[in-house]
Order: sequence, then C-alpha cells, then structure tokens
Amino acid sequence: MPQLSEYEKAIRNYAWRLFIKQSGTYLILAVGAVTMFAPFLWMLVTSFKLSGDVFSYQKPWWFDWVPTSFAWENYVKAWKVVPFARFYLNSIFVVAVTTAGQVTTSALSAYAFARLQFPGRDKLFFAYLATMMVPGAVTMIPVFILLQYLGWIDSYKAVILPGMFTAYGTFMLRQFFLTLPRELEDAAKIDGCGYFGIFWNIILPLSKPALATLTTFVFMGCWMNFMWPLVVLNSHEKFTLPVGLAYFQSLHSTDWTLLMAGSVMMILPILLLFIFNQRYFVEGIKLSGIKG
Amino acid sequence: MMTKWQLKDSTKETIAGYGFLLPNFIGFLLFTSLPVVASLLLSFMKVDLISTPKLFRFVWLDNFNQLFKDPYFWKYCWNTVVLMLAVPFSMAGSLFLALLLNQKLKGIVFFRTIYFLPTICSGVAIYVLWKLIYNPEFGIVNTLISKIGLLLHIPLQGPNWLTDEAWAKPALIIMSIWQTVGGYNMILYLAALQGVPRDLYEAAEIDGANSWQKFWAVTWPQISPTTFFIATMSIIGGFQAGFDQAYIMTGGGPNGSTTTIMYYIYNNFYQWQEMGYAAAISWMLFIVIFGITIFQWKFFGKRVHY
Repeated sequence: MPQLSEYEKAIRNYAWRLFIKQSGTYLILAVGAVTMFAPFLWMLVTSFKLSGDVFSYQKPWWFDWVPTSFAWENYVKAWKVVPFARFYLNSIFVVAVTTAGQVTTSALSAYAFARLQFPGRDKLFFAYLATMMVPGAVTMIPVFILLQYLGWIDSYKAVILPGMFTAYGTFMLRQFFLTLPRELEDAAKIDGCGYFGIFWNIILPLSKPALATLTTFVFMGCWMNFMWPLVVLNSHEKFTLPVGLAYFQSLHSTDWTLLMAGSVMMILPILLLFIFNQRYFVEGIKLSGIKG
Repeated sequence: MMTKWQLKDSTKETIAGYGFLLPNFIGFLLFTSLPVVASLLLSFMKVDLISTPKLFRFVWLDNFNQLFKDPYFWKYCWNTVVLMLAVPFSMAGSLFLALLLNQKLKGIVFFRTIYFLPTICSGVAIYVLWKLIYNPEFGIVNTLISKIGLLLHIPLQGPNWLTDEAWAKPALIIMSIWQTVGGYNMILYLAALQGVPRDLYEAAEIDGANSWQKFWAVTWPQISPTTFFIATMSIIGGFQAGFDQAYIMTGGGPNGSTTTIMYYIYNNFYQWQEMGYAAAISWMLFIVIFGITIFQWKFFGKRVHY
C-alpha cells in the first residue's frame, strides 16, 4: 500500500515540523519572559538582602537571584523610618477620590453626550475632543497659577481636583454608551422612568465592563502620577508614594535594600489590580486603539 | 395639544442634558479649556509670581524670540528625538511577540501577563530599580558583562551607564524598550493580527507562498493601520516623555544629555519660575503634536491599507 505510507509520511513530517516550530516558539517566548521578569526578581531578592550584602564583591553568580537572607526588617524600616505608611495612605486617599470623581463625572457627561438632545451638544463634544490633543504641559502652568491664587498649593485638593475631570473618560464612556441597544431605555421611558432613572437602572448596569476599564486606567495613571504631585505638594507629610519614594531616594541613595523594599510596596497594589482585572486592560487597550 | 407636549419634552431633555453635563463641564472649563487659552496668553507674557504684587506683563513675541535663539532648547529637542529611537525597536519587538503569541498554543495568557508587567509597573519604583540595575559596580547589567568577560577570558567592563554622557541615552533607550515592548503595542498588534481574514492566508497558500511571503504580502499590509496608529501615538507620546525617568535616574544629566523638552518645561516653570517662557515652550510642543495629528489624519489615513 504505497499510497497509505506516503500519507503517513506526510503526517509524520507535518507533526515533526509542528513540534520543531512550537518548541522554537516556546523557547523564544521563554527567553523573552525571563528578560521581562528578571529585573523584578532582582528587585525582590535585593529587598530582602542585608544592607552589607549588596556590596559584597566575592559572590557566586547565583547570589543576585536567590534570596540568601530574609531581612524583613527592610520592610519594617521602610514602613517606620521613612514615613512610608503616611505616603501610602496619602496615595490611597488621593487615588480613591480622583478615580471615583472622574468615573462619576465622566459617566454623567457621557450619558448626556450619547443619549440626550440639547442645543450646542455637538459643538461642546467637539470642544472636548479637541482638548484631548493638548499636551498636559500646556494646561499645567495656568492651573498651577490658579491654584496659587486660590491658596490651594500644598493641599490634597490641588492634587485631586485637576485630575477629576477629563475629556478622555467622557469620550471613552460615550463611545461605549452609543453601542448599547435603545429598546430597554424606550421601554423604561414608557413606564415613566426619568432620565436619571434610565441612567442609573439601565445604562450603568449595562456598562460595567467599560466602567471597570476606565476605573482601572484612571487608578493606574493616578497611582503612578509623579510630576503633578511633585509640583503642587511641598510638605513631606502630604507626599504621595511616587513623590515620597523619589524624595527618599534623593536622601538615602545608597540604601538600596530599603529603596527596593519601598519599590516593591509601591508596585504591589498595581500588580494585584492587573492580575485580577486583566481582561479589562486588554479590552480597554483595544477600545482605545479603535478610535485612531 | 401634541406640539405643546413635544415642546415640553424637549425642554425637559435640554435641562436634563445640561444637568448631566454640568459637573464635568465645570471641571473641564476650569482645568482644561480655560487654561489652554490662559497658557497661550502666558506665552506672550513675562510673569513674576514671587514679587508682590505679582507681575504679569505682555512682552509679545519676546519669549518665542528667546526660544529660537536658546541653544539649550534645541539641544533638548534633539535629546527628545534621539530618545525616540526606542520606538522602532520596541514596535518591531511588539510585532514579533504578537506574531509568536498569535498561534494556538497553551500558556499564551501566562506569557502575555509576564510581558505586560513592565508596562503595568512603570513609574518611579521602576526607575529607582533601573538606576540600581545600571549601577556601574554592582548593578546586574555590569555584573553580567564582567561575568561574560570571565567566561571568554577577556577583561570586559561595563560602562558608567548613567553618568557617562555617551551611555546615558542608550541606557534610557534600552530601559524604554524593555518597558514598552510587551505592553499596549503588543496587545494592539495581537488584536490586529486576529482581525486579518483567514481566507487571505488560504489564498496565499494556494498560490504557494511560504511563511515569509505570507507575512509581507498579507499580514503586513493588513495590519498597516495599526502600525501607523502605534507609530504616531508613540511619537506624540515621545515628545511629552522623559521627565519621570530622567528626574529619578540622571537628574537630566550628565551635562544635560538626558534632559527632554518636558524636563526643560519643568525646570523653567518650577525651578526657575519662568512661567511665561515655560508656557511658550509648551505651546511649541503643542504645535508639533498638533502638526503630527493633522499629518496622521490627512496623509497616511488614506494611504494605509484598510
């Protein structure tokens, strides 16, 4: 049966080539993953080192990568000596208020732009769109002067308020609201539901994925935000984590184990958020890619 | 009767519309749209906030005249552009990773998560980490270089990455590639690859195309809108980038070699209190970004394959 054996040969050949191709793919992916992950591993290992160990020259190659000591006191010290706990609370407060504020005001205005008819709506929406091109540096200076006139410099208000209203959030949620079917709203209207009732009972529950995506993005951006809090905050006890870490770094630039412990603590919440909210990230990125 | 009711409904809707819009609109007015106008005015002014009373004086085009003659401004523009060398490398890497991940393999989500970590964790913590990574004596990069030297029996020694003028920019570029290669761009490419119609590949296979030919004849033209989108967004972002990492890792040095336009704006605005001059620089930045955006819409928008 020559035909069958040739058929078999073809299958074997195909299977072999598939195996080679897949192994190669996995190999490259693994090398990439190690490159991506190595700095994090090093950060973690360093954060547990005794402060003298970092500088020891006579060390085997694996010394950098395997924890040889568990100096928990680095974390305790970072928490106590540096007012890290304070920075943490400040960041949590600022980020929570900014995120809640931005998602709320964005959802309200997005509903107005997506569903309600009123004079000047499209012109206003165009104005919102137009400002999305403006770099943050342009508005930063006048807002700073405004806050100085109001006497709000070095207050949480100065960090929070400018971040609470963005055109981006409005734009993103409006695009999502436009894709929702209108039938439910029409039915609710007939049942005598008001505009806020429709917004609250129909639009918001249907928009959970978009709201989660926006929340995640705003949270992350705000948690990482460095330049603005650096500019408007002066007193140490009001610093957010990034500003606090930078400040600590400028004072104790050789205290590497402590710095790494601080960095680990700063990254941890974001990491957890990402791992639990991964699909919202991916969807959000695709959503933002579509607009271009 | 009908018209009366309709009129009432539309009035109600108008009130509701403005009501829903109001909270966001007040903030938008105060912190975005009015500041844009104010910043344009400031760019024509000399501002002194330290003296009492505070001084706001129109100097018309003086700031811009000074800007064009300012050698530092042009140097920092150049720095900003050179640092954007990371973009093509990072994009090529993103596409390569996306092509690998776009196969039916197990563990794709795992790899995607790992690759995304540097993007997720961007910010001060990561820059502090990389400052240590680039430490000439005990950072892992130089440790690795000297270990390779030992292996090959040649005395290899890594450079003083962040304090050597020749190496500071490459150091930041390498970090930036590491940070962005598996991030947003890779996810966008992955989405684009999944959107390429299957039958195009089947047609190419019938014509006897190999993988390489299939990539250039089918994949590359099909994903060109995404490539173009990523490129323009990266350039727009690149012009505004560079402050956080330079502030933490190099302080803009050595000898100003890692100071970007954003850093110069910060220095003028915050360190030297030159509000008017800083506003003028920020408007130059705006004009460049505006130009790129218009270019994106007008030219390439039509040329790419949809």
